[in-house]
Amino acid sequence: MSLLKFENITKEFPLGFFGKEKLKAVDNVSFEIERFKIVSLIGESGSGKTTIGKLILKLINPTSGKIFFEGTDITQIKGNKLRKYYKRVQGVFQDPYSSFNPIYKVDRILNMVFEEFFPEVQGLERHHKIEEVIASVGMNPKSILGKYPHQLSGGQLQRILIARALLLNINLLIADEIISMLDASTRVDILNLLGKLKEKGMSVIFITHDLSLGYYISDQTFIMYKGNIVEMGDTEKVFHYPLHPYTKMLLDSIPEIDRKWNLSKRYIPELVTSSDSMCKYFDRCPLKNEKCKKERPQFVEVEKNHKVLCLNVKI
Amino acid sequence: MNQKEFLHFFVKNKKVVFAICVYIVLITLAIIGPYISPYKDPLEFVGPGYQPPCKEYWLGTNTFGQDIFTQLVYGLRSSLLVGLSGGTLATVLGLFIGFVAGYKGGWFDEILMMFTNILLVIPTLALLIIIAAYLPYRGIFIESLIIGFTGWPWIARAVRSQTLSLKTREFVDLARITARGPIKIIFGEIMPNMMSYVFMVFIIEFGVAIHSATGLDFIGLGPTRGISLGIMLQQATLWNAIQLGMWWWIITPGAIITLMVATLYVMNAGLDEVFNPKLREM
Amino acid sequence: MIKVSEIVLSVKDLKIYYSTLYGYVKAVDGVSFEVKRGEILGIAGESGCGKSTLGNGLILLKPPMKYIGGEAILDGKNVMTLSQKELKKIRYEKISIIPQFAMDAMNPTKKIKHIINDILNEHGENFERKKDIIKERLEIVNLERKVLDMYPIELSGGMKQRMVMVISSLMNPDVLIADEITSALDVSSQRSVIQMLHEMREREVIGSLIFITHDLSVLYQIADKVLILYAGKVAENSPVEEIIKNPLHPYTKMLLSSLPKIGVRYVQIKLKGIPGYPPGLLNIKEGCRFRFRCPYRFEKCEQDPPLIDVDGRKVSCWLFERGDKS
Repeated sequence: MSLLKFENITKEFPLGFFGKEKLKAVDNVSFEIERFKIVSLIGESGSGKTTIGKLILKLINPTSGKIFFEGTDITQIKGNKLRKYYKRVQGVFQDPYSSFNPIYKVDRILNMVFEEFFPEVQGLERHHKIEEVIASVGMNPKSILGKYPHQLSGGQLQRILIARALLLNINLLIADEIISMLDASTRVDILNLLGKLKEKGMSVIFITHDLSLGYYISDQTFIMYKGNIVEMGDTEKVFHYPLHPYTKMLLDSIPEIDRKWNLSKRYIPELVTSSDSMCKYFDRCPLKNEKCKKERPQFVEVEKNHKVLCLNVKI
Repeated sequence: MNQKEFLHFFVKNKKVVFAICVYIVLITLAIIGPYISPYKDPLEFVGPGYQPPCKEYWLGTNTFGQDIFTQLVYGLRSSLLVGLSGGTLATVLGLFIGFVAGYKGGWFDEILMMFTNILLVIPTLALLIIIAAYLPYRGIFIESLIIGFTGWPWIARAVRSQTLSLKTREFVDLARITARGPIKIIFGEIMPNMMSYVFMVFIIEFGVAIHSATGLDFIGLGPTRGISLGIMLQQATLWNAIQLGMWWWIITPGAIITLMVATLYVMNAGLDEVFNPKLREM
Repeated sequence: MIKVSEIVLSVKDLKIYYSTLYGYVKAVDGVSFEVKRGEILGIAGESGCGKSTLGNGLILLKPPMKYIGGEAILDGKNVMTLSQKELKKIRYEKISIIPQFAMDAMNPTKKIKHIINDILNEHGENFERKKDIIKERLEIVNLERKVLDMYPIELSGGMKQRMVMVISSLMNPDVLIADEITSALDVSSQRSVIQMLHEMREREVIGSLIFITHDLSVLYQIADKVLILYAGKVAENSPVEEIIKNPLHPYTKMLLSSLPKIGVRYVQIKLKGIPGYPPGLLNIKEGCRFRFRCPYRFEKCEQDPPLIDVDGRKVSCWLFERGDKS
């Protein structure tokens, strides 16, 4: 039984004056996440990756489809069932300074967890547990507790947020662009922390737009484009044998320090409108043909643990 | 901004300091005035009418021979009370409706906002007049109530928009995934972030309440018994104080009311500078 | 090919501090570098290093920023001491900036062509005369002519960014400063913006470019020289190939080794970040600012290290004092 399963999930947002037009942020997405795995959800803005994170954290509800957690349908849960869910699934967000209410000390978010989930744990015992969990993310409790958010660095704040998730014995952590606002010198340490957590039995969904980070830390990779997962599989396979033209384009656009771009060639990104009856990548795709205009692509399993959403890929 | 910084800017700001001093004087006058005045009843006929300010009657007497100074200090009390209670009621109502509409969204928001907009469109003074005219007995308490119940719509709109923007901040999401209920989130996360705003809103509403009360009193819809600054103004006008050259009768209440309301706006301008670093000179 | 030749901007010991309630935040504290015509200088550093203060301070010094000392010589004059009138003349023409939040940099109530016309008018030009040049520039950034008749709100974020690039470079400035313009962009948009800047330099639309970013791998793609800033001071100044292949300053070395690259996976090699974080710059005292995180720290580090010349490169580290390159 998988840890998390998405079955035909679609999320639409109403646009326009009376909400007549709809934006499909997530378009009929299905996938499964196993235990003890780090999965990167990679995509650019508008790909739907953040929406998926919010769907998993139940901050928003899907328009259609089902979500299963450890076999149970959690699509519409509320109240106490939702509370129990939050004991197993937690999240850390992108902006550490925005995740803390600036007028309170940082201890408060840790205390909130006790107030809501373990109200019977008080006083010294609570204090011990907090200190323990701060130390487990590599920080000295004495220099962290009692401070205000603006007195600490982004990296320290993100670690506190991870520590908070650890107070509960969670199975799944959603990390939504958690290092994009951190300095380069601290990023890798936070990533290493995620790796350590996986060794202790937690699964992580690592949402990012930065492919090199995804490559470094994750076991599996999902590449998203305009609400669809266009390629998914073991990280090594997706990065070294990319099949979907979009994946290839992304890999090509990463600035690397051992390879220079050819800057004398004009490089023109997007400008696409999508429709429901054809492949969304059509306008930019070098492999396109007439079939792509009329049919929506389906998943093709190219090798074990490597699937791609394309009509033209050859096995 | 922490406590220390706030206090520093607060006491350095000339506008804020000025406003606080004025109000300290006014409040002191309202509290001890009745005790230091030689006459104990503002409505008592204490002597000859038409007396200009002199040693016996510090601000003179009106047409009927009532002491203006005594009337002033009692009237000040009543105006301050109406301002405080009417202002507080309107602010609390506006906060409540604004928070609920802003945080819940959806149908709640639509209905509440429709109601708010309807009330906003109706001219407040006309509404007050209609309500006041139908009441068989009017006292300060009733006056505060009706001012409070008609003064909240703009506050609700303002609070709602602030709530809408704060709702999208990540610390609210974090509170939600900690299984916090909406009430705890509104009062624990959202409102504390708006305290400066709420404070300034209250000060404006305080001024509006005084202003509305004076208006009502002036046209005769104020408390049926007792004295207030608005009633003093009304009587002075009705009894031709200006034409008769009794400047002490009309200027006293007018000047005090103007001072009260204008000072509140100065206070708010000052508070704006205290809270908003971009308006400050460094 | 561009012949890299004369110096267009010469910055010597520039100091810009922020005046606050508690004292001075020494954001840019004695920074020196040169930019030659046709050159692309990358300024890299992490949060608090002063790169944005530097970029913005050269163009528009606003309170609470305060010019404390040093000079920035452009066209024979120190731009830090010019009057408002003189500054207005050189902005856009000699020195220009693509600001960090370019999306918000255009007046939303005016059509794009009127925004452009306003700027041109201030410099004695008008829209009609520059029409052909504008067409050419729009083509470089892949925007259609019809955007000129639109309002900024009708453009997408990426299009607004490219439009601001056109506006900032319209008067062919000697120095164009790009302040973190790719940090918020998607990987594919980032690459095309880099390519556009490269083309602008090739076609001599801009005299030289100062590219401010935190991303060293982006600089590797576009810059000729790289200036590494740390906590308000220069750590290293080298040609880009040399700084990537053979970094001198301990900070640069540790920074480069903490960057994830394709080919390195956590399960095989654990990369290491730099422990700790940059010092607070409020009333900061003497001494090398990196010493608290530096594995090579020794007693001399308690004094401010000078900028030492090593084979034409510059490093600010006591380890290189006696010509010691290890």
